[in-house]
Amino acid sequence: MPRFEYAPAPESRAVVDIASSYGLFIDGEFVESASGGSLKTINPATEESLADVAVADESDVDRAVRAARRAQEKVWGPMPGAERAKYLFRIARLLAERSREFAVLEVLDNGKPIREARDVDVPTAAAHFFYYAGWADKLDHAGFGPSPRPHGVAGQVIPWNFPLLMLAWKIAPALATGNTVVLKPAETTPLTALLFADLLRQAELPPGVVNIVTGAGATGAAVVAHPGVDKVAFTGSTAVGKRIAKEIAGTRKHATLELGGKAANIVFDDAPIDQAIEGIVNGIFFNQGQVCCAGSRLLVQESVAEEVVERLKARLGTLRVGDPMDKNTDVGAINSAAQLARITDLTKAGEEEGAVRWTADCALPEQGFWFAPTVFTDVSAAHRIAREEIFGPVLSVLTFRTPAEAVAKANNTPYGLSAGIWTEKGSRILSMADKLRAGVVWANTFNRFDPTSPFGGYKESGYGREGGRHGLASYLIEGSTR
Amino acid sequence: MRATAPARIDVRKTYKLFIGGAFPRSESGRTYEVTSAKGAFLANAAQGSRKDARDSVRAARAAQPGWAGATAYNRGQVLYRVAELLEGRRAQFVSDVAAGEGLTERRAQDVVSAAIDRWVWYAGWSDKVAQVAGNANPVAGPYFNISAPEPTGVVAVIAPQESSLLGLVSVLAPAIVTGNTVVVVASEDRPLPAISLAEVLATSDVPGGVVNIITGRTGEIAPHLAKHMDVNAIDVAGALGASGITWGELEAEAAGTVKRVLRPAGDDEGSWADAQSLNAILAYTETKTVWHPKGM
Repeated sequence: MPRFEYAPAPESRAVVDIASSYGLFIDGEFVESASGGSLKTINPATEESLADVAVADESDVDRAVRAARRAQEKVWGPMPGAERAKYLFRIARLLAERSREFAVLEVLDNGKPIREARDVDVPTAAAHFFYYAGWADKLDHAGFGPSPRPHGVAGQVIPWNFPLLMLAWKIAPALATGNTVVLKPAETTPLTALLFADLLRQAELPPGVVNIVTGAGATGAAVVAHPGVDKVAFTGSTAVGKRIAKEIAGTRKHATLELGGKAANIVFDDAPIDQAIEGIVNGIFFNQGQVCCAGSRLLVQESVAEEVVERLKARLGTLRVGDPMDKNTDVGAINSAAQLARITDLTKAGEEEGAVRWTADCALPEQGFWFAPTVFTDVSAAHRIAREEIFGPVLSVLTFRTPAEAVAKANNTPYGLSAGIWTEKGSRILSMADKLRAGVVWANTFNRFDPTSPFGGYKESGYGREGGRHGLASYLIEGSTR
Repeated sequence: MRATAPARIDVRKTYKLFIGGAFPRSESGRTYEVTSAKGAFLANAAQGSRKDARDSVRAARAAQPGWAGATAYNRGQVLYRVAELLEGRRAQFVSDVAAGEGLTERRAQDVVSAAIDRWVWYAGWSDKVAQVAGNANPVAGPYFNISAPEPTGVVAVIAPQESSLLGLVSVLAPAIVTGNTVVVVASEDRPLPAISLAEVLATSDVPGGVVNIITGRTGEIAPHLAKHMDVNAIDVAGALGASGITWGELEAEAAGTVKRVLRPAGDDEGSWADAQSLNAILAYTETKTVWHPKGM
């Protein structure tokens, strides 16, 4: 097959203005942090510094929580749902209007390809606000009894892999249900959240309804620990999720935890192979594999394993790795030096434990954090690369003979976030979907997300659901079970 | 003490654990004395150990796929049958509850009636909960997409200390109705209704291992279940009023394996009169969402 070369097609970064420094967004305005401390956020594709961002300490978090409480009691809580809805519709529209700006900024701060930020992250974030806007005045019909009540102040801590989209997943249902928010963006990707604060100014959202406190782990811990926070929502690693669950144990705080995953993507011998190859690629190389629900374990039926792996490698050879701002780029930069080190460490362990490594032959840029798409074969269930979440563009291939063996291997993990099934046989899909212990099962597709569709894990992948009607539950007293 | 023996010596029951459908003694060989509310001797109950708890979890795990795999209709029928058997054994439960909780016979009758009615209420949810708590999702694309609740797996139930039957039914029935299997730590001082319930379950169509019941020291056994890596969820209700343990401590232990924790509603045990809710069922369910493309 001829290989087509592509001319560079860079997106312009002129569409976005980045300030040299940012304060905290508390009670409707940007303020200095009490300590004056700050951190630098960089472009992971170039390592250039983008901005200085304030670090919130406990006293700043306290200010933010107090502002959120005042706003909840005086303004947002008493406001009729129909009026709250209109603010959320405004936010959805403003996000769509400024989508190019948000997409470019997301790429600069995160390293993901512009194609993904433009086509997935930003439009899905806007759609999320649009979806939950419509719920704000229909909560009586959501299945939680008449007039369900908000918890009060939601403390939300989000990760760096989908910064704006995770913000939307957290803020939209919280506001729709009448809660107010203190949001802590990830240390390495705070900029779209800060731009979102500017969007809230345009929306004229009342002060204190959304507060954004930037910083690292200590700031997130302060949000979780603050006694004025009624509901905690966290997306991130299982290790931190366990610490949060322990921190709030014995209190009356409610939590939703969206944690790690080690999804099995199961390919049967009767699968539509071309579609399956695309699904496998999308499953593990979307967003450089930095996705909690990534299909990081490929379980392929023995009779077609060789063919699938060969075709997969051929397909991976056509992926374009490099400048995330280029519209033709498929695989962008790893988000941080720390994450790159973790991926490197785990792949090294994979080789040392005896798995066979194959890495796509592609030139990587000199500057920035990069990892070429990599596939391990001859992987056993005991290998670290089959058990631990790598959170990078690394696929571990295991084989199976029978459907029962596929189920056993797929479920042989403490995680349970997602799973994939590839087969043309309908009854097998439904039977497998019943047996897989995962919160999202994609059959003959993978990595699909929608505001109406609940997302969340079994077992150590966390609890609670985000998205859909189910996503309202944990923001309402009547809907909360944990 | 009577000076002379009665004409007939009654046959007393040995109270044992209920694990995997069988009634073993505690592997530890320990028992402890159970007395009535007035202090009269009632029984030497088995004092379950950490090993008993682990055996119970293994039995519960082994029974879980079969119980979850039964049709909802079948589970509903099997559980309704339990209520029928409870009614048949009413006299025993009235006597257990009256003695252990210090109630008049009339009050104990009311408590047993409430417990049986509650069992019937939860049994009826088995083939309805997915319709109420699940739904189709209208995603923006050509996909079939549906969300439905599934059982979380193995649930540890630390049963209420004071309400030894109605409280027990209120925490047990919602856990098993969706297909979870359960390890119950019975009320420490009032374990006899739990063992009588085990005898009902053993003669019902509920498969062995679906419900396992341990009697003994709550403060000794509960932390092992909170920590156990093969337990998916825990109801910590019985930590209220138990010695040597708080529900917050159990919740902290449970955090290490991201267990689902059902917290007590209040700071003391309170009344179980109104404690029946759909949320009690949903606390032990996981929402699974399945996607499939649509095409010709």
